[in-house]
Amino acid sequence: MSTPVKGWTRDEMAARAAAELKDGFYVNLGIGMPTLVANHIAPGVDITLQSENGMLGMGPFPFAGDEDPDLINAGKQTITELRRTSYFSSADSFAMIRGGHMDLSILGAMEVAANGDLANWMVPGKMIKGMGGAMDLVAGCKRIVVLMEHNDKTGGHKFRDACTLPLTGSNVVDVLITDLAVFDRADRKGAPFRLIAMADGVTIDDLRARTGAAFVE
Amino acid sequence: MGKIFDSAVAALDGLLFDGMTIVAGGFGLCGIPEKLIAAIHDSGVKDLTLVSNNAGVDGFGLGVLLESRQVKKVLASYVGENKEFERQYLAGELDLEFAPQGTLAERIRAGGAGIAGFYTRTGVGTKIAEGKEHKDFDGETYILERGIVADLAIVHAWQSDPYGNLVYRKTARNFNPNAATAGRVTVAEVEHLVDAGSLDPDGIHTPSVYVQRVVLGHDFEKRIEQRTVRQREAV
Repeated sequence: MSTPVKGWTRDEMAARAAAELKDGFYVNLGIGMPTLVANHIAPGVDITLQSENGMLGMGPFPFAGDEDPDLINAGKQTITELRRTSYFSSADSFAMIRGGHMDLSILGAMEVAANGDLANWMVPGKMIKGMGGAMDLVAGCKRIVVLMEHNDKTGGHKFRDACTLPLTGSNVVDVLITDLAVFDRADRKGAPFRLIAMADGVTIDDLRARTGAAFVE
Repeated sequence: MGKIFDSAVAALDGLLFDGMTIVAGGFGLCGIPEKLIAAIHDSGVKDLTLVSNNAGVDGFGLGVLLESRQVKKVLASYVGENKEFERQYLAGELDLEFAPQGTLAERIRAGGAGIAGFYTRTGVGTKIAEGKEHKDFDGETYILERGIVADLAIVHAWQSDPYGNLVYRKTARNFNPNAATAGRVTVAEVEHLVDAGSLDPDGIHTPSVYVQRVVLGHDFEKRIEQRTVRQREAV
């Protein structure tokens, strides 16, 4: 393994992802690290967050004492509504996702492949919890941004030539943000991932050693 | 018309049988029909197939039917919060089918709308697509998914009038309006029973035709799974 490099923190990764949010976007943030992105939205960028359990216009956590059991997000956390909020059924929620009406989704991942394949729902042999809405989000949102650690706990490659884990979607990732670097690709018609940025202290040799996927500089 | 029943037990009288399929509204523990689930538990009916986004938690929601071994199969999109579910599944005592959440919602919606199947891009290239018909439309590949009709639908609503017109509240709506359409019989538990004419006809979420029986519940638990708050800023 190459020299350990500290790389970006989770908040720095979330801030990188926030740069993908454009004014007027309708956005779905996955559970976990993607929820941090909401803390880094640039001034003047007005976005509407969707929660796939049936809400557009998701507000922040409530003040203590104001929690409402009828008002939760897809992570089952108590939240609040905004002046723009609307509620709808689960079928309507996924109609707007599957129908291509959502501009962007930011998701976590276990593995991403050089061809844009994404695996983030199942490890065979372990208890599987289910894919929730992830397969619908990657099949339907116009743009998919993935946030994940560049390597697993043992240093193994998570950005690979091919996924080893069962897929969530095939050829669906547009932008990959890790603690070491940012990659994107121009289209889903065979364009390769291109290196956009590296964290301070990361060298291209480090990055290549810690990456199992082909990418262009 | 006599749709209003005095108790969850009365509302389910004559509807339950071993081996039946039940579709339930709710997301996590939000908007689940907790009184009807408790009555199904107490009835002892068994070998159930449950269609629901989640399977409750240990000791609450659909989890109570798992603990009492009344469930044969679960069709869900996410079951991560239930240790007893995990134990029964790993021991081979429980059959489990996963559907992507949007596919599950649409299968329920389709069943209720008389649509036997539909093509979706969700899941193409994944394990979910294995064994399903693939078809190309306009250069994109889709898979065939089937509509679901259940023997019984159980839902939770905020308000009902005497006719069974239902209004849900905030994100407790979720799968409930879809589930309400997909039962051969639909039973709704409600938090408030209001007079005829007091619901805005433009604001009704589930029209009464879908609802055969209504029960007014009392002392709902409405448990919160993840209580998250922010600090008030000092004045």
